[in-house]
Amino acid sequence: MSATRPTTSAQKDISMERQKAMLARHFQELSKVRETGRKVAYTFVPGNLTELISEAGMLGVYPEINALQSGMRQRSADFIHEAERLGHNEDVCTYVKCDIGMLTKGNIGPTGEKLPPPDLLLLSYTGCFTFMKWFELLRREYHCEIAMLHVPYAADGQPTEAMRQYIAKQLRNEVIPKFEKVSGKKLDLDSLAARLRRSALAEEDLSWVLESAKKKPSPIDAYFGAVYYVGPIFTAFRGGEDCIGYYRALRQEVKSRLEHGEGPVTPDGTLAKERFRLVVEGPPNWTHFRDFWKIFYEEGVVFVASTYTKVGGLYDRGFRHGAEKDPLLSLADYCLSCYTNLSLPARVDLLERYVREYAADGFIFNSIKSCKSFSAGQLVMLREVEKRTGIPGAFIESDLVDPRYYSQANIKNRVESYLQMLDQRRRA
Amino acid sequence: MSAEQELERLLDRCERIYGDVALEEVKAWKAAHPGRPAIGHLPVYVPREVIHAAGALPVALQGGGDQVDIVRGDACFQSYICHLPRSTVELGLQGELDLLEGLVFPSTCDVIRNLSGIWQLLFQGKYVRYLDLPQALNDTGGLFYLEDLEGLMNDVAARANQKPDKAAVAASIRLYNRNRRALQLLYELRAEAPQLVAADEAFLVARAGGQMEVSAHSDLVETFVSLARKRNRRKEDRIRVVAIGAFCEQPPLGLLRTLERSGCYVVDDDLNLGARWIQGDVEPGDFPLKALSKAYLVQSTWASVRFEDEQFRGDQLVARVKALRADGVIFAAPSFCDPALLDQPPLQKALTDANLPFISFKYAENTGQFQGFREQAGTFSDSLKLWGTT
Ligand code: SF4
Ligand code: SF4
Repeated sequence: MSATRPTTSAQKDISMERQKAMLARHFQELSKVRETGRKVAYTFVPGNLTELISEAGMLGVYPEINALQSGMRQRSADFIHEAERLGHNEDVCTYVKCDIGMLTKGNIGPTGEKLPPPDLLLLSYTGCFTFMKWFELLRREYHCEIAMLHVPYAADGQPTEAMRQYIAKQLRNEVIPKFEKVSGKKLDLDSLAARLRRSALAEEDLSWVLESAKKKPSPIDAYFGAVYYVGPIFTAFRGGEDCIGYYRALRQEVKSRLEHGEGPVTPDGTLAKERFRLVVEGPPNWTHFRDFWKIFYEEGVVFVASTYTKVGGLYDRGFRHGAEKDPLLSLADYCLSCYTNLSLPARVDLLERYVREYAADGFIFNSIKSCKSFSAGQLVMLREVEKRTGIPGAFIESDLVDPRYYSQANIKNRVESYLQMLDQRRRA
Repeated sequence: MSAEQELERLLDRCERIYGDVALEEVKAWKAAHPGRPAIGHLPVYVPREVIHAAGALPVALQGGGDQVDIVRGDACFQSYICHLPRSTVELGLQGELDLLEGLVFPSTCDVIRNLSGIWQLLFQGKYVRYLDLPQALNDTGGLFYLEDLEGLMNDVAARANQKPDKAAVAASIRLYNRNRRALQLLYELRAEAPQLVAADEAFLVARAGGQMEVSAHSDLVETFVSLARKRNRRKEDRIRVVAIGAFCEQPPLGLLRTLERSGCYVVDDDLNLGARWIQGDVEPGDFPLKALSKAYLVQSTWASVRFEDEQFRGDQLVARVKALRADGVIFAAPSFCDPALLDQPPLQKALTDANLPFISFKYAENTGQFQGFREQAGTFSDSLKLWGTT
């Protein structure tokens, strides 16, 4: 019996079309900055200051997203090769190499148009040390303003008041003046606060969508499906009306699936039967995204919760922009609470909670070769989650955008053996 | 005892400390200082003055080198993580670090950062402190760091049953100033007359400080330098190189020896960088912790793990190579070390633009085969000697 059945066109994500249109508009605006005079900020996803960028009337470019899309469009191998030809080492983060390669080959964005150079390099140094090295490389290529926002690591599980104040102070004294200088526009804090409150509306709907996976069967895949869902809120759109509209539509769609007892939509149709509910830690592979996904949906696996979809904010755990009255402290709270800025024990706690709250049958770690921020310590985390939940976990390895480190056969073998083991446990 | 015998004795002691994963030196210190704790810290930079002033012995943990068989450490890390964390965890699981009352993890990289969490998970109840060195290199960053230092000071002082004391911090700063000056002398002597101080000797002498009381180490370095000056060693026909990239996981001794046997004098390196991080003396003034915080902002050496603010590292490397009259650069970095490896292309470009030759290779702290390095370094040296270029 096939694991999926055809999805009616009405069920196909309307929200997906909406997202595509938003992205197309964004890239179009980026391609026109010479004429419009709009300024451009390059920045990273975790701890991003999108609302600040929008308040300054600027446009955001997210190098990780470029890398991810290059991976999905099968361009990353070329770009990585180019970066290695320039002397970049095989051992380092492949997002960085992909971006450097793309830059060297003309900086053509996903819509085929050249991306404009940045007017501001906004290094929001959250959750990954390599971001800093990446920006050091970019600053050699561009002669523009640089703003560094140091986000301290929440090493003891909880951010401290000193950390919040430190971030707010940097924003006030260093980052905002750079924005004002580049944009020529004085920042209106009330308007920023209002924008943050708008972000929260979308965050509320996204959280509802992610939490819908608690239902059986789950109407969503909280990993392969959710990487699309988090797109707008993790990047340039948070705080805007488009974003609110997108999440409202998404919620409606998911609600309708839920009412009809429908499972998640996969590339081959709607999942017919939910056989396994899994939690996943780590980013997916982008170069073989569909093949990777297929390994799971063919076996009736639904991911009910994932940590990767929290790198741009832990909205499902209650964080909301604008909940704190002072907008700068609100941004500080956001930066501090992104997933990769959590300590390993806090990451383990979260995984344990996901396994329990989402009634998962098991959990899987996808360890990414080039991402030490995620992968260093994952083996210890895995054992700890096993110990606490009494459920065995699985460990697979791949890479984000370097196809040399993706092996369909190996991963498939491992996943199949793991699922067999879960099946046996269930019968026992 | 002749100067050479004295040097031999001293170097033997340093090599013993280097190879002593059971931290006998620290045990001896603790026996002599009952009730006082020893606090370990990971590379690269931790202001040891603060731990010292709080009444504890700061102990630099630099991995297990090639002396530790990794049994359980490998089960904690994938093959694509550098070697230092796995040997450190191995030592922890073997109980070799039990004598340390706590560990400080500076914000060196994602691996050390996550290692702090591994420690929290594997060694519950142990004091673990993450030290977030400021990447915002301004007053705001300085103030945040100062509060972090106060926290570290209070924590360690509580474990040593002492009251945090300004005068003690000032006194410690002075002791460490002397230590930095002594290490500076050692490096100057090597740059000036590399035949008098071999690369492995400088490494061992500097590294011994990681487990010793600071004054005792300063004595040791000063004695070494004054004895080494008296050596009667002929300068050989070797090229002068600067070795870059080994600031965290340290290469095995055999690798350093191989480099010099292959026709190179290593006239400068970034081994044991943490001990030489602050450039020049720190003036304790009336607020010594503040002085340390300020020193981090304005007196830090350039390093791959610190935000590159105003000056490009490549320019600084070129300036250093020229000032040392070095013939070239050897990039020697641990495998899978993002900070060191991501820095290489821009550094190499700066060298190329300045017409300075270089070679590069990767190692692990437990690398056992040096043939490849010997050939590479030998060819580098031969071609520079013969043609002045590679
Ligand atoms: S190391 Fe990981 S988190 Fe950091 S830039 Fe690379 S992929 Fe992103
Ligand atoms: S060797 Fe490099 S990657 Fe490994 S812990 Fe040290 S700085 Fe981090």
